[in-house]
Amino acid sequence: MYDQIAANKRRTVVLIASFVFVVVATGVAVSLLLGGGPIGILLALVVSGALAFTSYWKSDVVTLAVSRARPADPTEYRRLYNLVEGLCIGSGLPMPKLYVIDDPAPNAFATGRDPKHAAVAVTTGLLTLMNRVELEGVLAHELSHIRNYDILVSTLAVTMVGAVALVSDTVIRLMWWNGGRVSRGDDRDDSGNPLALLGFLFLLLAPVLARLMHFAVSRNRETLADVSAVQITRYPPGLISALEKLRADSTVTHSASRATAHLWIEQPLAVRAEQGRLARFNRLFDTHPPLDERIALLREL
Amino acid sequence: MIVLIVVLVLVVLVVLYGIAAYNGLVKLRNRVENAWSQIDVQLKRRLDLIPNLVETVKGYAAHERQTLEAVVQARNAAMSAHGPAESGAAENVLSGALRQVFALSEAYPELKANQNFGQLQEELTATEGRVAYARQFYNDSVLSYNTKIQQFPAVLIANALKYGQREYFQAEEAARDVPRVQF
Repeated sequence: MYDQIAANKRRTVVLIASFVFVVVATGVAVSLLLGGGPIGILLALVVSGALAFTSYWKSDVVTLAVSRARPADPTEYRRLYNLVEGLCIGSGLPMPKLYVIDDPAPNAFATGRDPKHAAVAVTTGLLTLMNRVELEGVLAHELSHIRNYDILVSTLAVTMVGAVALVSDTVIRLMWWNGGRVSRGDDRDDSGNPLALLGFLFLLLAPVLARLMHFAVSRNRETLADVSAVQITRYPPGLISALEKLRADSTVTHSASRATAHLWIEQPLAVRAEQGRLARFNRLFDTHPPLDERIALLREL
Repeated sequence: MIVLIVVLVLVVLVVLYGIAAYNGLVKLRNRVENAWSQIDVQLKRRLDLIPNLVETVKGYAAHERQTLEAVVQARNAAMSAHGPAESGAAENVLSGALRQVFALSEAYPELKANQNFGQLQEELTATEGRVAYARQFYNDSVLSYNTKIQQFPAVLIANALKYGQREYFQAEEAARDVPRVQF
C-alpha cells in the first residue's frame, strides 16, 4: 500500500512534467505555424505553468463541475453519510465531502488531491440500484482510491487532458478558418518549412498523446482498489454483488466524458457495439479492466 | 580529529534516530487510545437512540410490553456496565433485544411504514456498523503498535519507557456463534 502511495506521488511529478512539456511543445508548434515567434513560446510556458498550478489545487472542483455533481444533503442522503462515516472509522481516513449526480446510470468516482481534501460522488442511479452492503462495497472502493492517492494522479489527468485537448482543438479550428493558409501572403514560401510541418504533426498528436498518458496512469488500479475495499469492509460478497449489478446494467453514464472516464468505478462510456457508433473509438482508450476479471479476482479472496 | 568527527556524526545520527523512533511510538500509542475511545463514542450514540425507538414503537405496538421492557433493561444494564468484558456482554444482550424490536415491525405494517421508525432503524443499523468498524480499527491499531514495540531497535526504547503490549478486542463466544434460525 505504501509502495502504491509513493508510486502515485512519483507518477504525479512525471505527469506534471510531461504535461508542461506537451503544452510548451504545442505552443512552439502554434507559434511556428502562425509565425508568433518567441512571444508565443513564452506564452505557452506561462499558460502551462498556470494550468499545472490550478490543476493541482483546483482540479477536484473542475472534475465535480464537469460531471454536474451537487453536494449531497446529509438528511436526504442519510444512508450514504452513515456508510461513509463507518468506513472512515474503519480505515482511519478523514470524512470526504459527498456529492450526488442526477444520472440514472449507476456509477461513482472519487476525486481530490489528498485524503484531507477529497470528495466522493455517486449517481442517483447507484443509490437506487444498490442495497446497503453493495453500496458499502462501492464506497469502500472509492475510499481506497483516496487512501492510495489514486485520486491525485487521475484527477490531475482530467484537467490536463482536458486542457491539451481544448487547446489543440481550438488551433485546428483556427487553421480551418484561415482556409488552410496559415500565414499571410508576404511569407508564403514558409509553407515548405520542415519545422512548421513538424509542428503541425505535433498538433495532431497532442490529444492522442494526452489520452495515452492517462491510460498509462489507470487500468490495474481498479483491481487494486477492489482488493483494498474488501480489506476495509472484510466482506467480499458485498462488492462482488455490486459489480455483478454493474455488469448487468448497460446504461451509459451521461455525466461522464472521455476526459473523466478513468475516474469512475465502472467504464461509463459506450464500449459495446450495440451501445453506439463511438463504441470502437472508446474501446481504444479503455481505462477499465473487464468486470468479469474483477469479479473473478474478488471471488478468490 | 577525523575520528572525533566520525564519532560526533554517529552520535548525532543515533540521537536523531532515537527522536524519530520515540515520536513514532507515541503516535502509534495515541492512535490506539483514540481508537478505543471511538468505540465508546459509538456505543454511547447507540444508547442515546434507544429511548426514541421505544417511544415510537409504543405508539403502534403498546401491548408488546415484554419486548420493549427487555430493550430498556438491556440498555440500563449496558449503561451501568463496567470494564470491557462486562460491557461487551451487556452490549450483546442489547443487540439481541433490538433485533426483536425490529422483528416486530413485520407484524405491524403501520409501524413499518412510519417514517420516524424507518429513520431510527437506519441510524441504529448504521451505528452497529460503526461499532464494528471502530473495533476493527482498534485491532488494526493495536496490531501495528504491538508489532512496532516488539521489533528491534524500537523494542529498546519501548522497554525503557515501559510501553507494554495492548490487548486486542475479542468478540464474545456467544457473538461468534451464528444465530440459529428456526421455522
